[in-house]
Amino acid sequence: MKNLKYLVLGVLFGIILTKSEVISWFRIQEMFRFQSFHMYGIIGSAIVVGLISIQLIKRNHVKSINGETITLADKQYNHGTWIGGIIFGLGWALTGACPGPLFAQLGSGVASAAVLILAALAGTWTYSALREKLPH
Amino acid sequence: MLDFLRQPWPWYVAGPLIGLTVPALLLIGNKALGISSSLRHVCAACVPAGIPFLTYNWRAELWNLFFVLGIGIGGFLGYQVLGHPDTIAISPETVRDLQAQMGLTDFSGLLPKELFALENLSNWKGWVFLVLGGFLVGFGTRYAGGCTSGHAISGLSNLQWVSLVAVIGFFIGGLLMTWVFYPLMF
Repeated sequence: MKNLKYLVLGVLFGIILTKSEVISWFRIQEMFRFQSFHMYGIIGSAIVVGLISIQLIKRNHVKSINGETITLADKQYNHGTWIGGIIFGLGWALTGACPGPLFAQLGSGVASAAVLILAALAGTWTYSALREKLPH
Repeated sequence: MLDFLRQPWPWYVAGPLIGLTVPALLLIGNKALGISSSLRHVCAACVPAGIPFLTYNWRAELWNLFFVLGIGIGGFLGYQVLGHPDTIAISPETVRDLQAQMGLTDFSGLLPKELFALENLSNWKGWVFLVLGGFLVGFGTRYAGGCTSGHAISGLSNLQWVSLVAVIGFFIGGLLMTWVFYPLMF
């Protein structure tokens, strides 16, 4: 099954998120109050490692294991980038979770994560329905 | 080794491992790390309702749903199987502030039960934290075209200035909530 490898990588990713406690509301509050280096260290070092890896892949024209040329699409700017960014930020500080941690919380057994995911799905659906009317 | 795995992992172990997920996804399938898209795929699969933004071949993005399912399993393994501290060792300043400003007393678990217990859905606090909070996460990430994984980690790793704008937005929103709206609510 060709999607199994993504499941396995997802499991590893979920374990890392959980063991580093980034799925904790308390850690996110600590971050927004600038009272610990923990979250900044994680996000910062993840970006540095990701950046070096992508540069190595690009410079050496590395192909994926299927022999595909690795391509990274440029992200397109529109006004939604910052408007939506601020809206997500408000939700991030309230829930103490971005989408990845929500799924990890659910797996860890936190009942409220199910409500949060349903509410997030409602938010995504509402954005999709209103998309044409919103400034972009 | 197992003892090490059981303890909370320090930032300098977890951060680089999260960073390595970016090349890992590229190498195993030419996929860009991004998690909030999964919410869109679920909407497109379950309630497309004729909305153009939800009418696309979501089956081609199944890998993303498998990845997210894996994150859920990882949450179970990381928390229930590898174990966890009863109370996460956050900074004493944060504990003091949350006690003084929000009246929290129970710091056990991943989330404060005083705000996130399901019984809270009978009062405004539960609706703000559980329903409005989740809604803003789903609405905002799609509006911005990504979340912490797609913009902050994947986007900034690929030197996308658009992602920098998004991440600045994330922090403006988070700081506004923490420093302006929380004091108004409590």
